Amino acid sequence: MAKSIDVSDLNIYYGDFLAVEDVTIPIAAKSVTAFIGPSGCGKSTFLRSLNRMHEVIRGARVEGKVLIDGQDLYGADMDPVNVRRMIGMVFQRPNPFPTMSIYDNVLAGQKLNSKRMKKTEADDIVERSLRSAGLWAEVKERLDRPGSGLSGGQQQRLCIARAISVEPEILLMDEPCSALDPISTSVIEDLIHELKSQYTIVIVTHNMQQAARVSDETAFFNLSGVGKPGRLIEHGRTETIFSNPTDSATEAYIQGRFG
Amino acid sequence: MTTTLTPPPVDVSRELYGAQLPTWGPRAVIAAGLLGAAAAYAVGANLLEAALVAWLICMVLPLWSAAVEGRRKATDRLVTTLVTSAFALAMFPLFSILWTVISKGSKVLSAEFFTYSMRNVVGEGGGIYHALVGTLLITGAAAVISIPIGIFAAIYLVEYAEGNRLSRWIRFLVDVMTGIPSIVAGLFAYALFVLFFGEGVRMGIGGSVALSVLMIPILVRSTEEMLKLVPNELREASYALGVPKWRTVAKVVLPTSLAGIVTGITLSIARVIGETAPLLIIVGTTDSVNFNLFNGRMASLPVFAFASQRNPGIPPQFSIDRAWGAALVLLVIVMLLNLIARLVSYFFSPKGER
Repeated sequence: MAKSIDVSDLNIYYGDFLAVEDVTIPIAAKSVTAFIGPSGCGKSTFLRSLNRMHEVIRGARVEGKVLIDGQDLYGADMDPVNVRRMIGMVFQRPNPFPTMSIYDNVLAGQKLNSKRMKKTEADDIVERSLRSAGLWAEVKERLDRPGSGLSGGQQQRLCIARAISVEPEILLMDEPCSALDPISTSVIEDLIHELKSQYTIVIVTHNMQQAARVSDETAFFNLSGVGKPGRLIEHGRTETIFSNPTDSATEAYIQGRFG
Repeated sequence: MTTTLTPPPVDVSRELYGAQLPTWGPRAVIAAGLLGAAAAYAVGANLLEAALVAWLICMVLPLWSAAVEGRRKATDRLVTTLVTSAFALAMFPLFSILWTVISKGSKVLSAEFFTYSMRNVVGEGGGIYHALVGTLLITGAAAVISIPIGIFAAIYLVEYAEGNRLSRWIRFLVDVMTGIPSIVAGLFAYALFVLFFGEGVRMGIGGSVALSVLMIPILVRSTEEMLKLVPNELREASYALGVPKWRTVAKVVLPTSLAGIVTGITLSIARVIGETAPLLIIVGTTDSVNFNLFNGRMASLPVFAFASQRNPGIPPQFSIDRAWGAALVLLVIVMLLNLIARLVSYFFSPKGER
C-alpha cells in the first residue's frame, strides 16, 4: 500500500499550449502534499497528469517522467486504465452517479468493471469505505436511496468512499472542499488525517489554512502572466513554506499580498 | 439641545401605485368576446366570422388599458393578447383534426372492424385487421433496423469522434437526411430492392427500410442531444475509478440518459408510423392478412385509408367510413406512443434531486 511519486522535468500541454512547465517534485509515500497557487497556474492540470486523467481531454499530452515507486507512469506499455485503478481521484464538484443508489455508488469501481463478489464481501467493502469516509452513521439506514439525494458535503464524502473502496495506492484530491461549508470541510480534513496512515494523498486547495492544517509538504505553483505556462516555484515542509519561504512570491501569496 | 432632521414625508402610495384595471377586467373582456361571437352566430354569421368578432372584442382590452393604466401596461396587454391569440390559432387545426377524425371515424369502430380483414368484402363490413398487422410489423421491423444504427451512430458522434472531420460530415448528412421527403425514401428502398429482386418487387421489409431511412436521422439527432446532456464529470468519475471507456459508455452514460433516448425512440416511431408515400411504392396494399414481411404486398393503416378513399367502390360510403376509422386508429396509436414517451421519461429519469 501507499506508493511514492517522483516527478521529473514534466511539461504538460493542451494541444500546442504549454500549460505547466518543467515540474520536478518528489512526493513521499503516506504523506499529505498540498498544491497551492493562484487560479490558472496549473495545479489541477498537474494533479490530473498524475493518474493520466489529463489525456482524457482532447489534444492533451505530457512530456517528462512520472515514476510511481520507480515505474514510469507514461511508459509505452502502461495501461491508463490500470493506472487509474491504482491512483484514485476525488473531484472539485461532488459527482455521484445519479442512476445508482448510495450502496451502488460506493461499489461503482467494482460494479462498473463487472467484478463478481459475494454479497457479504460487497457489504463489507461498503461499510468499511463509508466508515473511513465518515459517512456510515449518516447513511446506513438508507443505502438503497439515490446518492444524488444527499447534501453536498455528504455527496463529496460518498465520492471519497467510492474512491477508496477500490483500495488505490494514492489518492488525488482536486479542491475537494471548495463547494462545501466549513463543517463539512472540517469533517473531510479529519478524514484526510486518518487516511494518511494508509494512502499517499495529494490535495489541491485554494484555502491556505487548509493547506497548513492538513498537509506535511506544500508545493507552490505560480505563473508569470496570462498565457504563460505555470511553474512549480518551490516545495518543502509545510511549516517551512508557511513560516520561512525561500521565494518572495510564495511569501506574498501566503500572506495574501498577491493579486 | 439636539434637533433631528426629518426629511419631508414621501407619500409612498402616490409613487408606487397607479391606476389599474380591475382583476376581473381581462376575464370580462373574454366573456364579452364569447357573448359577441354567440350573438353573431345567432344572427347568421358562420363560425369563422364569429371567431373574428370574438377576437376583435378581445382587442378592446389593450385600448381600455391604454385609457386607464397608461402606455406601458397597455403594450403589455396588447402583446399578451396577440401571443394568446396566436396560440389559440395554432391549436385550432389540431382540435379541428381531432374532432373530424373522431366524429367520422368512431362510428365504424366495432369488434369486427378490428378482427376482420377486407378479403372478399364488398360494400358494408370488413375491417382493418390486415392493415393493423401490416403497420405494426413494418414499423416494428423499421424500429429494429433503426434503433441500433441510430444509437450507435450517436454514441460514435458524442463519445468517440471528438469533433473530427468524419463526425462533422456525418452530422451534416444527418441534418440533410432529416429533411428528405418521404417519397424519396420510398424510391430509395424500391431502387435497392429492385437490384436484388427485379422490377415490380413488393415486400413489407422494403417499407421497413424506407421508414428506417426516415427514422435513423431523427434517432441520431435526439440520442446525440441526450448523450450530450450527460455531465462530463460522470465520465471522468468513471475513468478515475479505472473503468475503461466502453464500460463507461455502457454503464454510466447510457443509463443516465436512458429516459431521453427511449423518449426519442418512441417519438421517432410515432413520426414514421403514419407515412404513406414510401409504403405505397414499395409495399403496396392488399385486402388479405399477410404476416410475412419478406413476401408480397402488405396492407398498412395509412395506405389502407388512402386506398379506401381513392377507390371506394359502389356505394362509396362504407369504404370512406372505413378510411376514417383507420385514420382514427392511427391517431390513437400515435397518441399512445406519445403517452408512453411521457411515462418513460417520468419513470426512468434519474431520481433524487427532483
